[in-house]
Amino acid sequence: MFIINCPFCGEREQSEFKAGGEAHIIRPKQPTELSDDQWAEYLFMRKNIKGIQFERWNHAHGCRKWFNLVRDTSNDEIKAVYKMGEKPPIK
Amino acid sequence: MINKYSIFSLIKNAFSNHENWGKAWKDAEPKKEYDVIIIGGGGHGLATAYYLAKKHNIKNIAVVEKGWIGGGNTGRNTTIIRSNYLWDASAGLYDHALKLWEGLSQELNYNVMFSQRGVMNLAHNLQDVRDLKRRTHANRLNGIDAVYLNTEEVKKFCPIINTSPKIRYPVLGGTLQKRAGTARHDAVAWGYARGADEMGVDIIQNCEVKGVKRNGDSVEGIETTKGFIKTNKIGVVAAGHSSVIANMAGLKLPLESKPLQALVSEPVKPIIDTVVMSNAVHAYVSQSDKGELVIGAGTDDYISYSQKGSHDIVEGTLNAILELYPIFSRMRMLRQWGGIVDICPDASPIISKTSIKGLYFNCGWGTGGFKATPGSGDLFAHTIANNEPHKLNAAFNINRFVSGDLVDEHGAAAVAH
Repeated sequence: MFIINCPFCGEREQSEFKAGGEAHIIRPKQPTELSDDQWAEYLFMRKNIKGIQFERWNHAHGCRKWFNLVRDTSNDEIKAVYKMGEKPPIK
Repeated sequence: MINKYSIFSLIKNAFSNHENWGKAWKDAEPKKEYDVIIIGGGGHGLATAYYLAKKHNIKNIAVVEKGWIGGGNTGRNTTIIRSNYLWDASAGLYDHALKLWEGLSQELNYNVMFSQRGVMNLAHNLQDVRDLKRRTHANRLNGIDAVYLNTEEVKKFCPIINTSPKIRYPVLGGTLQKRAGTARHDAVAWGYARGADEMGVDIIQNCEVKGVKRNGDSVEGIETTKGFIKTNKIGVVAAGHSSVIANMAGLKLPLESKPLQALVSEPVKPIIDTVVMSNAVHAYVSQSDKGELVIGAGTDDYISYSQKGSHDIVEGTLNAILELYPIFSRMRMLRQWGGIVDICPDASPIISKTSIKGLYFNCGWGTGGFKATPGSGDLFAHTIANNEPHKLNAAFNINRFVSGDLVDEHGAAAVAH
């Protein structure tokens, strides 16, 4: 359990949020031209990083807006918060 | 066997005040090269090494474990064993494991305390009733024992359940698998470790894998905290850390690792002599031989390797437990912990070779791997030894995420998560 600083509402408990998994997975521009391997890569394959991860969250029991987090998955420490469409503030 | 356990060895050792029992397995240091290296010294990894040595006559095997054997999810689960899965592929896999459990203490000459006390799954709404009846029929067609119980029969089988129609999610019925039950989790790891060690397998503890060395599209060995070890075949059984090992080999897996929690109460006299699970309200409970109530909570929503979960998950489970079992309202909880489970998109495991020659993965067991331990080890050993899957794990290959031929057990089985 940890506190998330929603870019729209401020600090709230993690239980108010829904995790949306790995961020910056780009939807294919030409879905009809993808091979089965490319579809599998897009739909199912995940980095599942132990360490610094870029991920999407939704403030499901609040403003219901999506945003991005940078979080260390080895200890749940949040490094940065940034809005959808913005570049990650750290590499 | 050097130290065969029996009534006679017990009596003999009583004369020396039980001070001269030999070590069950030796603490090995790595050799330069092995025929097969198993990464991960949990139940599944040790079982794999055991069956590789026993059934496939490969003796030069190492099991490398970053902590101590059985210290990961093998020591963190709620020890439930059942095989009442909906789909044919899953039924085949889990019932194979259950059949091995039935003879495991004799096979290993080690008491794994397998107790066929039955597992009951409750229905709380009309859809649950339909799903559970459907699953009962599917189970019986696959030769798996299953019966459907009405509310009175549920109450008769486990009298402490509150079957009042006035509760928020009343009990409308349930299923029972009588061959299902529990086992002692540590004993499974220790029994397989002892059996494998006896056949010459090196069990190397406190040895963390730091890298996987590749030569083109095949493996050459592993870098560890105890140096480089050469091998042509690597079996990865690293549970929540499978993706970490995969990344070292330049491979991506369809897994997400999340904390799964469990908790136990203070020990009390026998009160519940079976395992009761409820999928709809997420509550399951059994009682250990020490007398503690063993309660499994759910997974957290987010990826984490922190081995601790959120408090609200435990709170939700205990709310449901208290409504179903008002008698537990004054129990105090003794310990709570988390384990990191690797979950596949279809909630079924992967027991498979990969696109890299000599690299095999046994992962994705998610929230329910303990029950499969013997079967998982047996089938993974077969896959590694023959470089081909056994017919029972053919459906659980990694290519199903490309072909779309998923084994979708999410909510379809009696799963509690």
